[in-house]
Amino acid sequence: MTPMLEVAALEKRFGDTTVLRNINLKVGRGELVFVIGPSGSGKSTMLRCCNRLEEPTSGSILIDGKNIMNALSKNLNTLRLQTGMVFQGFHLYPHMSVVRNVMLAQTLAMKRGKAEAKARAMDMLDRVGLAHKADAMPTELSGGQQQRVAIARALALDPKVMLFDEPTSALDPELVGSVLKVMKDLKAQGMTMLVVSHEMGFAREAADRVVFMDGGVVVEQGPPEAIFGNPQHERTRAFLSRVSSH
Amino acid sequence: MIEMFFNLDIMRQSLPLLMGGLWMTLKLCAVVIGLGLVGGLFLSLAATSPRRWLRWPAMAVIDLMRALPPLVLLIFIYSGLPFAGLEMPAFAAVAIAFLLNNSAYYAEVYRAGLESLPKGQWEAARATGLSMPQTLRHVIIPQAVRNVLPDLLSNTVEVVKLTSLASVVSLAELLYQANMARSVTYNSSPLVLAAAIYLVLLWPMVRLVSRYQRKLSI
Repeated sequence: MTPMLEVAALEKRFGDTTVLRNINLKVGRGELVFVIGPSGSGKSTMLRCCNRLEEPTSGSILIDGKNIMNALSKNLNTLRLQTGMVFQGFHLYPHMSVVRNVMLAQTLAMKRGKAEAKARAMDMLDRVGLAHKADAMPTELSGGQQQRVAIARALALDPKVMLFDEPTSALDPELVGSVLKVMKDLKAQGMTMLVVSHEMGFAREAADRVVFMDGGVVVEQGPPEAIFGNPQHERTRAFLSRVSSH
Repeated sequence: MIEMFFNLDIMRQSLPLLMGGLWMTLKLCAVVIGLGLVGGLFLSLAATSPRRWLRWPAMAVIDLMRALPPLVLLIFIYSGLPFAGLEMPAFAAVAIAFLLNNSAYYAEVYRAGLESLPKGQWEAARATGLSMPQTLRHVIIPQAVRNVLPDLLSNTVEVVKLTSLASVVSLAELLYQANMARSVTYNSSPLVLAAAIYLVLLWPMVRLVSRYQRKLSI
């Protein structure tokens, strides 16, 4: 079966600096793939290439077997509906209520009717445990709640893949758990996910595969037991011992 | 003294003239503020565009119009352009001159609002499949405008005051009519009345700006 997301020979240069070099990775249907690595390793840039928020210099991004690099910018908006993205900083629209945040792209990009979009939004908010906050403004919510609304906003567009860019890094420690729980539920429901994160414990427990990136390349990838239990590369070992020491 | 400045009889006599002037002032404001708010928005969008060929000309227009005294621009358009065969009625000359000036000021205000928004707002909208115009209309512009509402209002007060310069080219707006009444009656009361009308018009707006600014600073 074709993987849901495939990154092949991806390169990204900013001027003279190469930040991503020959990245290859696959995320199978319903798989949760974790990307770890030191900051500046290019993992966020790689993730942002998957919906062309960052324009790759070369290579291909296949979603459900279709190369989105061939798409004209006009069609890019439609293609982006296939990938839901969750940001470190949530980026809810502060001038709209929670439910309108979740409805906006449904009505504008998917052309759903108001009633349908609202019903779908309430469903999604219910899924992340926040249906009772539908009429609140984003600023009235905690960071963890805002991030769950952001997840609902992405889910409402029926994406094929969810991309998480350090979804818990901006959260107070006691709020991290609620977001990870939502992600675990998503996995249980069969969502395909690519996650850039420092939550090693969560990676160990929930990931199907772990990809270790450093210096703009994929150093190694494999099941979590292999990466965490028996890393093959010196750089992986060095990174993991640095992370576990604090 | 009171006879010269607060003569109620003369005020009453000059009232119809001043009301005509007020009407002209309001018409001028409607054109300059209405079109200025729209023109300024487009100018500011161009000035903050990542595309250089849009950004540079927009910045040049904004800088030029802000550096040029509006009275110089007005007299140039009204009295200078006829030498190039381009003659127009006073109202058109005033409207064009102040619109150019005022769009640039509004644009600067909008620009501050646009630049105050985090890049994440763009990214969130684009990542959910919104097009560039949709992102601007539903996500970026509403927030930018909300962030600079006091400054937009404050600039609008300036525009109303600016329109009194139109008396220089004999446009029959409020100040021109009041000054006319003064010269006919040999009495300054019409000018006092005109000042009072400006005050009544602008004071609530000034108050509103202060209240907004206090609210934002909390």
